[in-house]
This record gives sequence, structure tokens and C-alpha cells, in this order.
Amino acid sequence: MKQAGYMAVRLTLKGGLARTMKSLSVLLLVFCFLGIQGASDARAAQASPGIQAEIARLITKNRKKRKEAAVSLAKRSDPMLLSLLLALREGSLYAWKPVEGEAKVVIGGDGVKRGDKEFFPLFEAYSNTSILDSRGKPLLAPANQLQEIRAGRRIRRAIRPYVNRLRSAAQLLSPDSNVRRAAATRMARLGDPNLIPILRKSLDAESHWLTRIAFEEAIALIEMKGVDAKARHAAVKKLGEINGLNAIGDLKIAAGLVAGNKGDADPYVRAEAKAAVDEIEYYLSWTSFIDTIFRGASLGSILLLMALGLAIVFGLMGVINMAHGELMMIGAYATFVVQALFISYLPENLFGLYFILALPAAFAAAAFVGYLMEISIIRHLYGRPLETLLTTWGISLVLQQAVRQMFGAQNVDVKAPSWLSGGYHLMIGVQFPYNRLFIIGLAVICVAGTYLFLFRTWAGMRIRAVTQNREMSTCLGVSSRRVDAWTFAFGAGLAGLAGAALSQVGNVGPDLGQNYIVDSFMVVVTGGVGKLMGSIVAGLGLGGMNKVLEPAMGAVFGKVVILMLVILFLQRRPEGLFATRTRGA
Amino acid sequence: MERELLSKRLEEKFGGAFLVTTALFFVVIMPSLNAFTSPDSALHISGFTLNLFGKFLAYAILALGLDLVWGYTGILSLGHGVFFGLGAYCMGMYLALSIGAEGVYKSTLPDFMVWNRVKELPLFWKPFYSFPFTLLAVVIVPSLFAAGFGYLTFRTRIRGVYFAIITQALALSAWLVFNRNEMNLGGTNGLTGFKKILGFELSSSGTQRGLYIATAIVLCGAYLLCRWIVNSRAGRILLAIRDAENRVLYSGYTPSNYKLFVFTVSAALAGVAGALYAPQVGIITPGRIGVLPSIEMVIWVAVGGRGTLIGAIVGAISVNWARSFLTSSFPNYWLYFQGGIFILVVHYMPDGIVGLVRRLTELTKKLTGKRKLSALTPSGDPSSVSG
Repeated sequence: MKQAGYMAVRLTLKGGLARTMKSLSVLLLVFCFLGIQGASDARAAQASPGIQAEIARLITKNRKKRKEAAVSLAKRSDPMLLSLLLALREGSLYAWKPVEGEAKVVIGGDGVKRGDKEFFPLFEAYSNTSILDSRGKPLLAPANQLQEIRAGRRIRRAIRPYVNRLRSAAQLLSPDSNVRRAAATRMARLGDPNLIPILRKSLDAESHWLTRIAFEEAIALIEMKGVDAKARHAAVKKLGEINGLNAIGDLKIAAGLVAGNKGDADPYVRAEAKAAVDEIEYYLSWTSFIDTIFRGASLGSILLLMALGLAIVFGLMGVINMAHGELMMIGAYATFVVQALFISYLPENLFGLYFILALPAAFAAAAFVGYLMEISIIRHLYGRPLETLLTTWGISLVLQQAVRQMFGAQNVDVKAPSWLSGGYHLMIGVQFPYNRLFIIGLAVICVAGTYLFLFRTWAGMRIRAVTQNREMSTCLGVSSRRVDAWTFAFGAGLAGLAGAALSQVGNVGPDLGQNYIVDSFMVVVTGGVGKLMGSIVAGLGLGGMNKVLEPAMGAVFGKVVILMLVILFLQRRPEGLFATRTRGA
Repeated sequence: MERELLSKRLEEKFGGAFLVTTALFFVVIMPSLNAFTSPDSALHISGFTLNLFGKFLAYAILALGLDLVWGYTGILSLGHGVFFGLGAYCMGMYLALSIGAEGVYKSTLPDFMVWNRVKELPLFWKPFYSFPFTLLAVVIVPSLFAAGFGYLTFRTRIRGVYFAIITQALALSAWLVFNRNEMNLGGTNGLTGFKKILGFELSSSGTQRGLYIATAIVLCGAYLLCRWIVNSRAGRILLAIRDAENRVLYSGYTPSNYKLFVFTVSAALAGVAGALYAPQVGIITPGRIGVLPSIEMVIWVAVGGRGTLIGAIVGAISVNWARSFLTSSFPNYWLYFQGGIFILVVHYMPDGIVGLVRRLTELTKKLTGKRKLSALTPSGDPSSVSG
């Protein structure tokens, strides 16, 4: 515990320091950056005569001369040349000979068919801006005016490191911080000292704290592999300070912790690397601890969502609904249908809203199917649990096949709305995906809603009355048949919600229900029939246990062990965690 | 008690003669029609059909065992695929070892071990070089497993739907485990590529016929064993457990011991069925173990008529025959059909085909005015009576 406290303090100190530095520097540096940008924009359209000449030299039959021209262009490290080099690599760079005038190097776009001829839009080789015809419209050149500038394997290989560097540098300017971070990590792996100034510049302009750390990490990693002893010492130290998770492999090698490698020649670097590795590993143990807890909570909330409907249908009504999984499947497919409707009938910018609408749709669809099931079949089977089990299994097979014929046997593609993709970075190496957070939130809301519904509304009171004493409730004027149907529909609707949530984290296919049904029944049995609280505790407990056991023994054996533990647990408490006391044996 | 009377009456009515004729048909006539008639004759039964029926009869052995626990004792097990699989895998290991070095990789190890880079035969495989040991294991392994599992569950009086759910979880975990390559049981692909049994070529029609006859004889033996059990004193206690477990308990019996006994016997029968299945079908995969096949087995018994031994056999053969017919002719509709059976049989034919036959005979008797036995009013389902 003492260690935990210390750790927490250290983490906050580090975070605080990083952020103060950031806020001090950012404003000033953003201005610098804007200045540079502005300047470069001004001369964007025109290449210097030297570059223009070199570009022109690409048009040659001589392969050797072409390679020389390409390499010297690549070596200029001019970001404006990136699109030209990429086009050269992909074979979309052409020598364009208009009807009148000189041949010119251009980048070709995707071809358009007009009749049996193909035309290509063209872009300037240097600025990558569209070439316009005399009327100011994008020019379309016929294929016979274009001659591809071929880049054989040798040329491609010769320019590859420069292109990669340029591309990473371009990605460092991406508006998406994830892309910037990924680019920094890739540059660190390239280990090219020429990249350091580029990274430094980007670091100065960066405002996102996590991305700043990624840049610092990349710089330190490259410097660590450099030659300057002083810079190396500082870099290794820095990596330990910022918990450079990507550097741990290299640090281990430098510290001589990898078998068959003596470690770095410099004893100071070796010692510092060892300290850094210790620090990072200590940090890692924390992040993995937090991660496990989060994943356990996430799985637990999924189990809980699945089991909640079952806790009502099975727990309160005593109906073994083996088609519960298929009701979840219906919820997931309802989500898919809502998504498809959004794609075909509504403008694209509204797409993100589809999931909000899909939730009630999933609830309604599953509740409707559940209602039909109850009034047509299950109603006649009350008090005969084993018969109900077999019948509902039959229903599940029919529903599965129906879905398979309507939507196909393959999984369907349910896209996450943009506000659910990505995640919240709690600290370095710990990311909580938004969809998981959303499911945890949904589970909390559903549980709270179910509680309020059952214990704070008239309808809920009727449900409880009928499930506790059917005869007495009927005598007092409650229509137990109607209450049964609505209760079942409510439980089915909760299953539909669980299905909609699952569509965001798993595959949506006809088998969706089968994969989860045993799990959800285990939750209800462990929790004790007839108690919502039991399902909640059991759902979270089983989910947490699953994630704790998983790293140690793998997903499959972890699951098997849990099933065994449940059986053993039922030895001690055959009625589950929260048993309703009855007088029956 | 209704069903007990029903099966007794069926036996009285048709007597031994009917059973002996049926047995003779399956054991002697079918294989003879396969062996001694020319392929052009109308009476000829092809090797394919005989093999198919061999599979059905193996299933019927399992259905008998399942009927003992479900129809007679009221324990619904959704995990019998596991016991079937254990028997089948035991036999499969023997068969895989008797391939010898004739496999694809010319190694003495089974082919999948070569893929998985297993250098040495795992210890638990070694006894399966011996055929007598395999025969023993086919019975003992599922029995022991069932006894252990049953001890844990019956002792704490886990019953009814709880037992069903836990056995289903068992089927799921067994399926998960058998799918793993680390188990050295062939993973998802299971055990296959069998060539010989006791030195006979498996692909020859004579061997297949022999296996069929063995299956039919074992089925007869299993039937007699089950009949002996249900007609014994213990059999009556099983019925009493099904109808009112608490009363049995309060009368001084220990229901859990009887349940454990019948569950173990049932698992042994399932194991034997699996062992007969593996050489005839030529492959055993985890797909035969999981949740789905296990619950399908229950429907065989339900369709035939639970609580009657004949019903279990009739159900296993008819449902599987319908399955092989429908899955080849109308592949899209088999699941509807199967789901429909689950729903309709439970609703409208609680006594299955055998019950339907009985009702029809009663009806004809009523019409012809030769009604001897007093009417037995249909009551609710006995398995639901509890506490």
C-alpha cells in the first residue's frame, strides 16, 4: 500500500511537470510554427529552378540517369516532393506530352472512362495541385498523351528510406494525434539521426501531452543509439523518466539483460539503462494492473447486461429461456438495420447518431419477438421448466436460421460511430476504449433503470406481486397473464440492448447468441435465482476472474477453470450467492 | 407411473416376439441383404445405407442411456455429448495408433502430432496401443468422469434446470478443451485418417459390415441391460425419484446414490456408443462434443417417447434418418425442422412417437369397442413435479 501511494504521488508529479512545461512553451512555439507554415505556403506553387530541372531529368530513356535524378530529388528532403516520389513508386508518374508544347512530368489521378477511351486528371509534379485547362476546369488527358515514368525495383529501393522519412515527417503534421504518435514511434524505430531536427520541431509545436511524450521518447531513442556520449547519457536517463514503453527492448539490450548480449560498451549507459528498465517495468506492472481491472469491469458489464434480462425472465418468472442469446442477436441485427437505414437515407454527417437510435430499436425489436414468444408458446409451459428449456431451444434454432436466410450466414459489418472509436488515455500505455466505457455506462444505466422500474413504479410492483404470489395477485385484480407477457417482453428487450452493446465489441452473426448463452446462464445460476443483486455481483465477479486468470492460463483454460469453480462454488451454496430462503428442500 | 405402465403394456402387447423380430431384422437381415444380394436387386441394401444405419444404431445406444436418466429418473443432462466424445476419443486414439507409419508423414506418431511438432508420444496415449485396454477405457473413462461429476452435483442436490445448465456448461468447457492443440488430441480437426481396426482394413465393406453387426448386437445388449435396470426394484425407485424426489428421500432412500448410479451407467452407454461411432464414421472431432450435439441427443429421446426404452431407439433412428435426408435435400430448412420438432414434440407429443402409437391403438380399440384397460387420464408432465 505504501508503495502504491508513493507510485501515485510520483505519477502525478511527473504528469504535472510535463503539463506545466507544455503550457509554458506551447503558445510561443505554435506561433513559430505558424510562421514557418505561412512562409512555406507562399512559395508552394513554384519549385526552385534547380528542382524543376531535376524533375525534368526524370524523362529519359536511360535508366541510370533516371535513377540519379530520382535519388537526388529524394535526397533534398523537401516535403513538397513527397507526392511525386510516392507517385513514382506506385507507377502513377507520367511524362505528359500535350498536343503542343514540351513534355512535362505530371502525377496522374484515377482514370475516367468516356466511351472506350480512358482519360486521366493530372496534377503538378511539385505542388500536387490540379492542372487546369483553358476554361479553368480540371484537365483530362487521353492515355495516348501519357508515358509512364517507370521506376524499377532498383529505383524504388534507392528512394525508399528518403520516402519513408518524408512520409513520417508529413505524418508528424497530421491533425490526428494518433497518426502523429504512430509516426514518431516509427521514426524512433528507423533510428535515423537526420530525423532528430524534424522531431524537435514537431515537439516544440505539439500540444497534446501524450504525443509530446511520444516525440520525446523517439528523440531519446534515436540519440541513445547515436555516437555522442553525453547525449546518450541524457537520452537513457530521459527514457527512464518518461517511462518510454517502446524503448524497453533497446534499453534491455543496452543494460545487458538480454541473454547473449553483454550490453552497452559505456558502463554509465549500462547502469542508467538498467535503472530505466527497472523504472519502466515497475510502471508497467501498474499499467497492467489497471488494465486488468478495466478489462475485468468491461467483460463483467457485458456479462451483466446479458444476464440482466435473464435474471428477470429466469430469475423472476422461472422461465428457462434458451433463446435469450437469440434475442441478443436480434438486438444486434436491429442495430445493423438502423445503421443500414442511416447509410442509405440520411446524410453522412448524421451517421454518428445511428447508435443512439439503435438502442431503443434493439430494445423494441427484441421485446416484440419476446412478446410473441410468450403469448404463443411459453405461456402454455409455465411450471414445466425442462419442457420450456427444450422448446425455447427449438425457438432459438428457428430464429437463427431465419436470420441466416434474411441476412446471410456471414457476419454483418456494424461500424462503430466515430464518437465510440478511439479511447481515453489515462496515462502512458493505458487506454480505455470509448466503446468499452460506453458499455460499462450502459450496464450501470440498465441496472439502475431496472431497479427503479421494478421497485419504484406501479408496473414493477405488479411484476413483483405476480412473481411472488400469483394466486393472491390474481385475486386482487392483477391480470397475471398480461403481466407475464409484459415482464417477458421487458426481459427480452434488455437482451436486445445487450445485443446492441455487443455489436460494438464483437462480431454480429447468426451464431452470436450461442456464444454467450452458457455464460449468461452461469451468471444467473451463480448469482442465485430471483435476486437482481446476485446477478450483478456474479456478473462482475465472473468477468473480473476471467480477466485475472486469462493472462496466466490462456482464455480457454481460464474459462474452463471458472466453470469448475462455479460447480465447486455451488457445492457450498447450491442456491447461489444471494439465495431466496424457501422451506422446500 | 403412467409411462411405466405404458411400456409394460407395450411389452405385454407385442411381447418378446416383436422385439426378437426387430432385433433379428437389424442384426441378421440387414447385413445379409447387404452381403448376399446383388446390387441390382430391389432388396439390396448398399454399403452406404448400412454404414448410415450403423451410425444411427450407435446413436440409439446413447439414446437408451439418456432415456434412463431423463425419461426414467427425470434428470435432464445436456452434456451427454461429452461422454459420447470420451468414448469416441478413446477408440479414436487406438485407431490413430494402429495407422502405424502409414500416415501422410510416414511417422509412427499420428499426423497431427507431426504438424504440431510433438516429438514423442504423450504418456496417456501409450496404453491405447492395446485393443483390450481400449475396450475397457471406452467404458471406464466416461463412467469415471460421470461418477466424479455426478458425485459433486447430486450430493448437493443440484437438480432440475440447474443440473441441465451445469451439464451444458460442462459440454461447453469440454468442447473448448478438446479444441486445444495442447491436449494432443488433434485440436479442431480431431482424430481421423483411420485405416485399420484389429488388423482389418476399415475401408473394406466386410469390416464395415462387421462393425455394423457389432453395433446392432451391442444395442440389443444395451436394451436388455436397460430393461433389466428399469424392471428391477432400483428401477422403480428411479421412477419414484422422477415423480417425487422428496418423498423418496423421506422414505429413507438416498436418491443421490441412485441418481449417481444411473448417470454413470448412462455415461458408460454413451461412451460405448461413441466407440462404435468413431470407426464407422472414420472421424471424431470436438464438434460432436459441444453444446449443440448434446442437446440434439435429448430431442431424439423426446421424439421417440421418453420413459420407454423402445421410444429412445425409435427416436434416435428416426430423427437422424430425417436429418440425413433433409440436410441433403433441403439444407436450408433442416434447422427450421429441428426447431419445429423441439417446439411441437414438447407441446403436442409429450410421449413421442410411442405415445402417438399408443393413442392411435386406443382410438381403434375404442372404435371397435374392444376396450379392456381402464382409461388412463393424461396428467401433467411428471418431470416437473418437484419439492
